[in-house]
Amino acid sequence: MAEASTRETYGKTLAELGRENEDIVVLDADLSPSTMTSFFAREFPGRFFDCGLQEQNMIGIAAGLAASGKLVFVSSFAIFVSCRCFDQLRLCLSQPRLNVKIVATHGGITVGEDGSSHHAIEDLALFCALPGFTVIVPADAVETAAAVRQAARDYGPFCIRLSRPKTPVVYSEDYQFTSGRAVTMRQGKDATIIAAGIMVAKALEAADVLARQNIDCRVVNMHTLKPLDETAIVKAASETGAIVVTEEHLAQGGLGSRVAQVVAREEPVPMGFVNLGDSYASSGKADELLQRCGLTARDVEEAVRSTLKRK
Amino acid sequence: MARRLRRHVITMTATAGSGHPGGSLSAADIITVLYFKVLRYKSENPQWSDRDRFILSKGHAAPILYAALAEAGYFSVSELATLRKLDSRLQGHADSKFTPGVEMSAGSLGMGLSFAVGVGLAARLNSKTYRTYALLSDGECEEGQTWEAALSAAHFKLDNLAAIVDYNGIQLSGWTRDIMNLEPFSQKWQAFGWHTIDIDGHDLGQILSAFQAAEEIRSRPTVIVAHTIKGKGVSFMENNVAFHGKAPTQQEAERALKELE
Ligand SMILES: Cc1ncc(C[n+]2csc(CCOP(=O)(O)OP(=O)(O)O)c2C)c(N)n1
Repeated sequence: MAEASTRETYGKTLAELGRENEDIVVLDADLSPSTMTSFFAREFPGRFFDCGLQEQNMIGIAAGLAASGKLVFVSSFAIFVSCRCFDQLRLCLSQPRLNVKIVATHGGITVGEDGSSHHAIEDLALFCALPGFTVIVPADAVETAAAVRQAARDYGPFCIRLSRPKTPVVYSEDYQFTSGRAVTMRQGKDATIIAAGIMVAKALEAADVLARQNIDCRVVNMHTLKPLDETAIVKAASETGAIVVTEEHLAQGGLGSRVAQVVAREEPVPMGFVNLGDSYASSGKADELLQRCGLTARDVEEAVRSTLKRK
Repeated sequence: MARRLRRHVITMTATAGSGHPGGSLSAADIITVLYFKVLRYKSENPQWSDRDRFILSKGHAAPILYAALAEAGYFSVSELATLRKLDSRLQGHADSKFTPGVEMSAGSLGMGLSFAVGVGLAARLNSKTYRTYALLSDGECEEGQTWEAALSAAHFKLDNLAAIVDYNGIQLSGWTRDIMNLEPFSQKWQAFGWHTIDIDGHDLGQILSAFQAAEEIRSRPTVIVAHTIKGKGVSFMENNVAFHGKAPTQQEAERALKELE
C-alpha cells in the first residue's frame, strides 16, 4: 500500500482553508515544523500565532479568539495538547462549546524513539470525556483532509488525532467522508473488526488473511469516536455476532470502551480488544513498538479467532 | 453605586447561603468604575461586536459582577436573589453559557488572562477598537498560566489589553505573603514587559485615572495593581479570611447592610 503523511496533509489542507476563509486563525506551541502548521504560518503570518511553550495559555487564547468570532485551529503534539491542558480544555472550550479545532499530531506509540513521555495513549479517553467535543482519528491522509475540512465547516470543538509516521493510504481521492458515520470497508458475516486510525489498514490486512481461512470478516472504520455511530455497531453485532475493536490507545476510555458500552446496552455479543492494555511503551522504531505492544495485523487476526470461539 | 453593589453582594450571598463575599467586596470599587465610567456596552445587546470586553478571571467573585450587570440593565435586580439556585442564570462561578454579559466561563483560577489575550488579538485581527479588561486575583498570580499569559500579552504588544489585579493580600486559607509570596509584585510585571500602575483600589478617582492612563500606553499591555482590602466595607469582614468563601448569616447580613447604608 502507498503511504502518505497525515500531518503533512493537514498542514497543506489548513493552508488551502486559509485561502478560502479569512476568519481562520492558527495557534501552535513551538512545534509548527512538526505539526506542519508551518505551511499556514508561511502563507498567513498575520493569522498565525506561535504561543511558545505555553500549551495551557494557548488553549485560553484560542478560546478568546473563538469567543470573538474566529475559527481557530490549534496544534501541538497529542500528548501536550491533551494531558497538559485538560482543565483548560474543559472550562475554556468544552463548557462554552467554542469553535476551536484541536489537531493533535504525533498520537500513539508510533511516535517511536522519543519514548513514553511522548506517546499519547490516554489522549482519546480525555477528549472523549469532554461533552460537546467531536473526536476523530483518521485512517489515512485522504480521510485527514476530509476531516479537517469538515471540522472547519461544522461549529463546535473538535479534536483530530494524527500520527507522526506516514500511514498506508486506504482511500482513493473520491472518498466521501461524514463525521460520525462509520465506513464499512469490507463486508463480512462471521465477525466485525472495528478500527480507527493506523489500525484500519491492519484490520484490512487481518481480514484478508482470515478470508483465506474461510473466516469472513467485516471491517468498519470508526473514524469518529465521538459522537459514535451506534447504528453501525448494533448492525455489526446483530449481523456478525462477534466484534473485535482495535486502536492505538490504552484499553480504557477509547474506542474499545465506547463500542463495548453500546454493544452491552443494545446487542450483547462476544467482544475482543486489541489495544495497549494498561501500560506504557518505551523507545523504539514505530514498527518495533507495534510488534512489541501487540498492535499488528497478526494480533488482530488472533483476537478475531479467539473471540469467535466464544460466539 | 459601589455601596449599592456591596449591598447586593451581601444580600445575594446571604440568600444563597453560600458564595464568596470577601473577594467580591474587595473588587466592588474597581467593578463600579469599570461598569459605570469606563466600559462601552449595550446591555440590551450583550453581543454588540464593538463592546469593550470585561473578563472576570477570578470567577468566584461572580456576585459583584452580577450586581453590576443587574444595575447596568443586563437583567433585573430582582434576579440577583436567584444566585446559585437550580435553574438560575446566575451560576456559582461566572459562566458565559448562562448569563448575559458574562464573556468567559471561569472558576478554575489562572485562565482569564489567556482568554483576554485571545480577545485582544481578535480585536487587532478584526480592526476593532474595543478594549479588553481582565480582573485577576492576587491568588491566581501564583498559577503558572497567569505568567504564560503575561509573557504572551507583552510579546504580542497588546496595548488594547489591561489587567487589573485585586491585590487584597488574602487567598483562601491565609495571607498570600505567607502561603506563596508574590513580592516584589509590580516589578515582576515590569520584568515581563508590562506597564504597571499601582493604586489604592478603593479610591474611585485613582481607579478611573489608572484606566485613562492605561489607554494612552502604546505597544505594551498595562497592569493596574489595585491595593485593596478583602471584605472592604463591612467591618467584620475586612481582612478576615473566614469570609473568603462563606456567606454571611442572616444576622451578619443585617449588620453588614446597616454598615453599608
Ligand atoms: C485552579 C484553582 N485552584 C483552586 C481553586 C479554589 N479556590 C477558589 S478561590 C481560591 C483562592 C482565593 O484567593 P484569591 O485568588 O486571591 O481571590 P480573592 O482574594 O480575590 O477572592 C482558591 C484556592 C480554584 N478555584 N481554582
